[in-house]
Amino acid sequence: MKEGETPRIGVYVCHCGLNIAGVLSVKSLAEYAGRLPNVVVSRDYKYMCSDPGQELIRQDIREHGLNRVVVAACSPFLHEETFRRVCASAGVNPYFYQMVNIREHAAWVHSHEKEKATRKAEDLIRAGVARAAKLEPVVRQRVPIHPAVLVVGGGIAGIQAALTLADAGKKVYLVEREPTIGGHMAQFDKTFPTLDCAACILTPKMTAVGNHPNITLWTYSDVVKVDGSVGHFTVTVRRRPRYVHEDLCIGCLLCIESCIYPDARVASEFDLGLGKRKPVYIPFPQAVPMKVVFDPETCIAVKTGKCTRPCVDVCGVEGAIDFEQKEEFPQIEVGTIILATGFKTFDPHRLPFYGYGRYPAVYTSLEVERLLNASGPTGGEVVLRNGKKPEAVGIVHCIGSRDENTNRYCSRVCCMYAMKIAHLIRERTGAEVYNFYIDIRAPGKGFEEFYDRVQEEGVHFIRGKVGDVTPETPDGKGRVVVSADDTLLGRARKIPLDMLVLAVGLEAQADANEVRRLFNITCSEEGFFVERHPKLAPVNTFTDGVFLAGCCQSPKDIPDSVAQAGAAAAEALALIDRGEMELSPNFAYVSAEECSGCKTCVPLCPYSAITLEPEHGKAVINQALCKGCGVCVAACPSGSIGQHLFEDAQIFDEIEALIQGVAANGEGAR
Amino acid sequence: MTPATNGHDPKIVSLFCNWCTYIAADSEGVSRKQYPASTRVVRLMCSGRVDPQFVLDAFAKGADGVLIGGCHPGDCHYSEGNYKNLRRYSLLKRVLTEFGIDPRRLRLEWISASEGEKLAKVIREMTEELRALGPLNLPEKIARPEAVAMEA
Repeated sequence: MKEGETPRIGVYVCHCGLNIAGVLSVKSLAEYAGRLPNVVVSRDYKYMCSDPGQELIRQDIREHGLNRVVVAACSPFLHEETFRRVCASAGVNPYFYQMVNIREHAAWVHSHEKEKATRKAEDLIRAGVARAAKLEPVVRQRVPIHPAVLVVGGGIAGIQAALTLADAGKKVYLVEREPTIGGHMAQFDKTFPTLDCAACILTPKMTAVGNHPNITLWTYSDVVKVDGSVGHFTVTVRRRPRYVHEDLCIGCLLCIESCIYPDARVASEFDLGLGKRKPVYIPFPQAVPMKVVFDPETCIAVKTGKCTRPCVDVCGVEGAIDFEQKEEFPQIEVGTIILATGFKTFDPHRLPFYGYGRYPAVYTSLEVERLLNASGPTGGEVVLRNGKKPEAVGIVHCIGSRDENTNRYCSRVCCMYAMKIAHLIRERTGAEVYNFYIDIRAPGKGFEEFYDRVQEEGVHFIRGKVGDVTPETPDGKGRVVVSADDTLLGRARKIPLDMLVLAVGLEAQADANEVRRLFNITCSEEGFFVERHPKLAPVNTFTDGVFLAGCCQSPKDIPDSVAQAGAAAAEALALIDRGEMELSPNFAYVSAEECSGCKTCVPLCPYSAITLEPEHGKAVINQALCKGCGVCVAACPSGSIGQHLFEDAQIFDEIEALIQGVAANGEGAR
Repeated sequence: MTPATNGHDPKIVSLFCNWCTYIAADSEGVSRKQYPASTRVVRLMCSGRVDPQFVLDAFAKGADGVLIGGCHPGDCHYSEGNYKNLRRYSLLKRVLTEFGIDPRRLRLEWISASEGEKLAKVIREMTEELRALGPLNLPEKIARPEAVAMEA
């Protein structure tokens, strides 16, 4: 709109099928809007976001010479961009568009009081029209996208995302906290329902990551600082010392053999304490990178310096082992970030009546995965802590899932992995296996068929919650007796078991809250990272350029994690290949004539975007650094800072119109 | 849904940040939870954008209450805008008293994107409280200051 041109506003009230029209009187709202100042045309239509709906707006812009458009429909998070594009395509500045949210904020939350909901919608539309009259044309900001990508977390999701991007020729930094990539999948023996060997399908991908020319792999490392925004993040990574130079270590493992401790006696983290390792170790035989780690807690050379260091003598590479190695904090530049930080399993100590940690017969499902694994502490044999083979095994489902006292959600994978474990135990030991379940959830490709299969194999399924677990002998070291109500038979069951497996659920990582603050994203109440839209933007976050993959977003199985990782990689690729991204231009600016140079704003800016230009002592805002929060605008005593899309005049008029009948025609309240 | 005491339906101007409380309001809509139709939301990028004049202006134009919604401390999308808001809020509460406005009419709540239920609860509480306080009628009071007693 040119200077002095009067606003000509078109208002469109969307029915959204019956979502809005079922509650609000859309016809009367459109009529009401037609009586508001500056409104030239107002209509209601079934689906404004549909092609005919959009065409309606374009046609009105042409025929009625509209220069402002207001659509009263859903949340701006859904269709603000849609209608801005419509405006732009009809020659109107896209920021002459105002969205009014009458669905999420009126129809859906006041469906029990339709009359009041319609009155509220009138207020909201009136405010939108008042605001629209004050809109100003704005030019979009574009930022270039740095082509490198950071992937955080080296489980199957992170591996898949990194490989997809690297294969497309993009530079990838993969940062993993543990000494090796592989994540939880590397701990499993088989995967459901196909019973693929987990290592056989995972390790080739791990090796590919380790060897890929486009991937810089930093294990035993974590992200400590993230600056910048989409297109140009500066990330600081902490690389913990493994006391071995990765570029020199050839992975011969002679140092492990020669360690002054002849026996492995440190509990192996990878084997969940069921197996032992030495102070110098690799987590498991297929670790990537195949570089040893000296554990600073148990290696006496690191801890006290008082060791004869046979490892150094035996090492064939001069300087590969370096007990003087220090933490390093390299900085990298990336344009996009994929978070694949995974999950932790539920800790059954929180439910003491199952006896985990008290009775040696009680295991978690993850521990059993290690017992079943050929490279695990027992070489794949199911042997109990007392050295015996189990003859009767129980598996309790939903430990830490679907439970008011722990987690209300279903962890999605436990039914299936419990059946997999049942199958494998029965196959290897011939034991009787009893599943105690609430409901069996087998909704996936080949899942129900697998359920049928294990039933045919003679695995028992008892529908009922376990009420009590008691030891058979007073010392608690032998079998446990499980009491459960069999709700299908309608009677109580007591079953003595050599082994009780707790099918633990999946939880958000313990430090999910710190991680999400680092990357400026949000967590659900359960601690899982929140996606931008549950259906339509499942890998995006509310922070542009940060994407999600795998269980950090919600519990899911391997196929879903891999699929989501591919989707996250595709989103990053789309940004990189476009080369630039349009940003919302809601940045702040100083009007130099009015600025008194008081410096109030300078320390308020969290991005140090405000400086004082030396010649006249006036504030200047660096638009590349400003992220558009508006803190300085609200604080400026002389009112000389403005914010595009959120100007004072727009907000004052919106507030006034929200409360009062009709704002003064074209004039603001101030 | 809620009993109308005094037959008064208060109007609350809600100044919500784009990243936490606005999304909480959206998600409460998506899950079709019900709360009183008393609020009218103004979307701002950050609670730090809330100029105290917005609040005073809302009362002056006839709002019965003002609700500011922002991210929890430490969770601000812009690092610390919510703290900036908190500082102004504390002062503003005192200013309201000076102006003869009951400070309970202004409320600041940290409501994250996943706390739709908390948002509904706050709106229910505030609506009830404002009903009990009765209409503020500030425009009228400004027009005829001699005719009415101030409440605080």
